[in-house]
Amino acid sequence: MAADLYSAKVREGRAYLSLLLTPLQWIVDVPSRIAGDVSDVVVDRSLLVKENAKLKSEALQLERKVQQNAALREENTRLRALVRGSKRVDEQVSLVELIGVNPDPFQHQVIINQGSENGVQLGQPILDAGGVMGQVTETSHYTSRVMLITDARHAIPVEINRNGFRSIALGKGQLEELELDHVPDTADVQKGDLIITSGLGGRFPRGYPVAVVSEVIRDPGQQFTKVVITPSALLDKSRHLLLVEMPEVVQEPVAITDEAAE
Amino acid sequence: MNNDSPAAQGGGGFIILGTFLIGLMLSQIPLPYFIEWARPEWVAMILIYWVMALPHRVGMGMAFFLGLLLDVIKGSVLGLNALSLTTIAFLTLLLHQRLRMFPLIQQAMMVMVLVGINQLLFHWMQAFTGFTGDSLIFLLPCLVSGILWPWLFVILRGVRRFFRIR
Repeated sequence: MAADLYSAKVREGRAYLSLLLTPLQWIVDVPSRIAGDVSDVVVDRSLLVKENAKLKSEALQLERKVQQNAALREENTRLRALVRGSKRVDEQVSLVELIGVNPDPFQHQVIINQGSENGVQLGQPILDAGGVMGQVTETSHYTSRVMLITDARHAIPVEINRNGFRSIALGKGQLEELELDHVPDTADVQKGDLIITSGLGGRFPRGYPVAVVSEVIRDPGQQFTKVVITPSALLDKSRHLLLVEMPEVVQEPVAITDEAAE
Repeated sequence: MNNDSPAAQGGGGFIILGTFLIGLMLSQIPLPYFIEWARPEWVAMILIYWVMALPHRVGMGMAFFLGLLLDVIKGSVLGLNALSLTTIAFLTLLLHQRLRMFPLIQQAMMVMVLVGINQLLFHWMQAFTGFTGDSLIFLLPCLVSGILWPWLFVILRGVRRFFRIR
């Protein structure tokens, strides 16, 4: 056990053991995949038409947003050039699929269908349609393990979108809740504020939604305000996830800060 | 009892491994979050059965190996489950002659205690390595395992008799 905690060699052995278990994980995942396929095939035609219409209107909405986005981006780069800020790099994402969930309810982890053979690296952020889900904490050859942001051992640097107030969101081991750490009583936090990643620490790219403030408890008897936030990613429902490939430039310092943080 | 040849004795090895594989699969099937707390300890139960029925074939070595696999599945520090499963395999080896004589209900209670020891050891050691749980809810699986034991016992005994594993 001590060997596993302190040595990297054992981690390799562990990767081989989980390679042994990979077929088992695939088999366990088969029923839910078949259920998905079957519901694709036997779905009602009118339902499909309705869904199609809904998706079309959604696509239209999104396209409108993207149009604005392009203009905003141009404006942003111009303004950044004015203040001689550094250029922002767009992150590459690749689609991965969830194939398993950690059976231990004390740990919030999921297993995805790509591993070190597909180029997955430790510490890569994972997103879903709603926002940040977590980061890769263990890679095997064809699968990897992702720690969700709600795990009791996870913390993610964030800021409030409205005013840029920085904080750290701590997981509590509950699926619907995170908490902001050490928020002073005078901080400007309101219910409904959007929390986004701040990009500090270099692990998560800046600007992805993390959560929405659901409760602010100011207790004069306590030193800090208690801010409860609800993750905006569907942590226990999403099946198709996005794996973010961090740009090379940022990659270097990450490895160092990672060791220091642990 | 007409075929006592060694071939007939060794034939059940794959069946035993198969039951353990099914146990490993059952212990990682995704469940809704609130039921997950009550997931029975399949591997531990199947291990207790085989150690009780065939103590000369399934023992602590098997328990250790299964524990390692379970560690990888649960993402816990390598060796936690191995140690706790080896411990209950040892206890079952000590108790197996008495366990065989017990009526099913009493057996189920013993299984509850054994799985409880497994859970306690596991979570105690996990607390050392940095995971914390603030309630005793992690003991729920041993209750569920005890309740499910009579059915599992009957099924596995059926399997053992059908394939004449000795």
